[in-house]
Amino acid sequence: MLTLAEVNYFEPWWVQIIKSLVIFAVIFGILPILIVYERKLLGRFQSRYGPNRVGPFGLLQPLAEIVKFAMKEPFRTATSVGYLFRVAPVISIITAVAALAIIPWGDVQHIFGQQVGLYGIDVSIGPLYVFALGGISFYGIMLGGWASGSKYSFLGSMRGAAQLISYEVSQSLSIVGVIITAQTLSLTGIVHAQEGMWYFIPQFAGFLVFLVASFAETNRAPFDLIEADSEIIGYFTEYGGTPFVAYLFAEYANMIVVSGIAVTIFFGGWLLPFGIDPPGWVDPFVVLAKILIVFSFFIWIRATLPRLRYDQLMSFGWKILLPLATLNLLVTAVLVVS
Amino acid sequence: MTPYDVSDDVIEVIRSPSPSPVAGAYRVFGETLRGLKTTFARILEGTTTIQYPEEKTPVYPRFRGRHRLHRFEDTGLEKCVGCSLCAAACPADCIRVVAAENTPENRVSAGERYAAVYEINLSRCIFCGYCEVACPFDAITMGHDYEMSDYTRSDLIFTKEMLLADAIERTPLRREGE
Repeated sequence: MLTLAEVNYFEPWWVQIIKSLVIFAVIFGILPILIVYERKLLGRFQSRYGPNRVGPFGLLQPLAEIVKFAMKEPFRTATSVGYLFRVAPVISIITAVAALAIIPWGDVQHIFGQQVGLYGIDVSIGPLYVFALGGISFYGIMLGGWASGSKYSFLGSMRGAAQLISYEVSQSLSIVGVIITAQTLSLTGIVHAQEGMWYFIPQFAGFLVFLVASFAETNRAPFDLIEADSEIIGYFTEYGGTPFVAYLFAEYANMIVVSGIAVTIFFGGWLLPFGIDPPGWVDPFVVLAKILIVFSFFIWIRATLPRLRYDQLMSFGWKILLPLATLNLLVTAVLVVS
Repeated sequence: MTPYDVSDDVIEVIRSPSPSPVAGAYRVFGETLRGLKTTFARILEGTTTIQYPEEKTPVYPRFRGRHRLHRFEDTGLEKCVGCSLCAAACPADCIRVVAAENTPENRVSAGERYAAVYEINLSRCIFCGYCEVACPFDAITMGHDYEMSDYTRSDLIFTKEMLLADAIERTPLRREGE
């Protein structure tokens, strides 16, 4: 039988179901908080408060907005392709959520006499799984823009697809350095390999390339040409109501995934520096805190850098990032082998 | 399409020499760090927002807000004598004065006549303060209140009673040196 990937450790089926439900519930509980956190932090970066009217400290703002979006009329353009128009946001959000399964929140723990790995699944193809899902998530954007039946949406989706494809190359290449240093593709294995030193120190160039490419992959400023709130029009122009929220949540879920991968690969996952070794139940909180720090850095960059021009985006991706990632890979390979 | 050529510019523009790729990348990196420092300093600085309905910007003493009509403090008689000079001075034509004679039984103002009707249409008023300048008896002055939104236009026509009433102190006054 053809084996696609080996799974390092798996529990009985009922534990897996509970695990996936917990991961799903926690992440979807965190998403609205992250959205309001981003807007408040962005406000602070711009000497203002951000939303602070709805509920205590404006924390109920996303709730009010979700209600508003859910009440909207689900209209669509006359030229739209109905079936694909509805399916496209679903593809986007499914790929984003499915990628969450791979992020390791902790090691295998004993919980109620049961061995439970604090991750969705620990497959031997780790990062490849994420990039494969990232590849599928193009279809959410491409189909969404095309099925809208609007030229602007279509142009936006073409632009988006070109950007995502260009930067996915650098993103994938940048972590190959880590993989050949750690000698494993399993994400928990990569975390265990970082027990001496977190990989962002020996792999600093790879880390920078990964970070920049991640900004482009998640449509974040300064690479938010796909969406470009203020001037050029993006692929979800014709979307409103809950399909629009699906795209929005997919973007934020992607940010959590990318932050999680960055934390796992470069910042030692659930490990803490200076020989601090807390009990196992702390691990998910350590990972969550690290993800929050990376997420805050995303917002910091968004508040700082202006959007790139399209030709700058392309030449940066292909002429600077890709050679840098390749060079990093080459140097790492030579060092590891010699 | 031919690539963009700088010499094709209609206006001659002096451009800095384009840096080499390495120098350019280095400069971009440095400038990015500088930008990050700048934005982070905004967090440490704190916000400059004024939370409006709870917190108000104090106005200057000469701020021209909603008009007020005045009475003599000792006798309680109205200062306005219904001369209509304010209505004549008004560039927006928003003041309407109808004068009537004072009688010994019904003495309203200090002069011969008084304003039986005194209306200001605040939806037309441009708050230029000419009425205040034109008034020979300082009967009308500009107050400090600027919160005048309402639901219907007719509610914005202020009558004499509304203008004479003691103004609600809704707007803080700027102190000396503030």
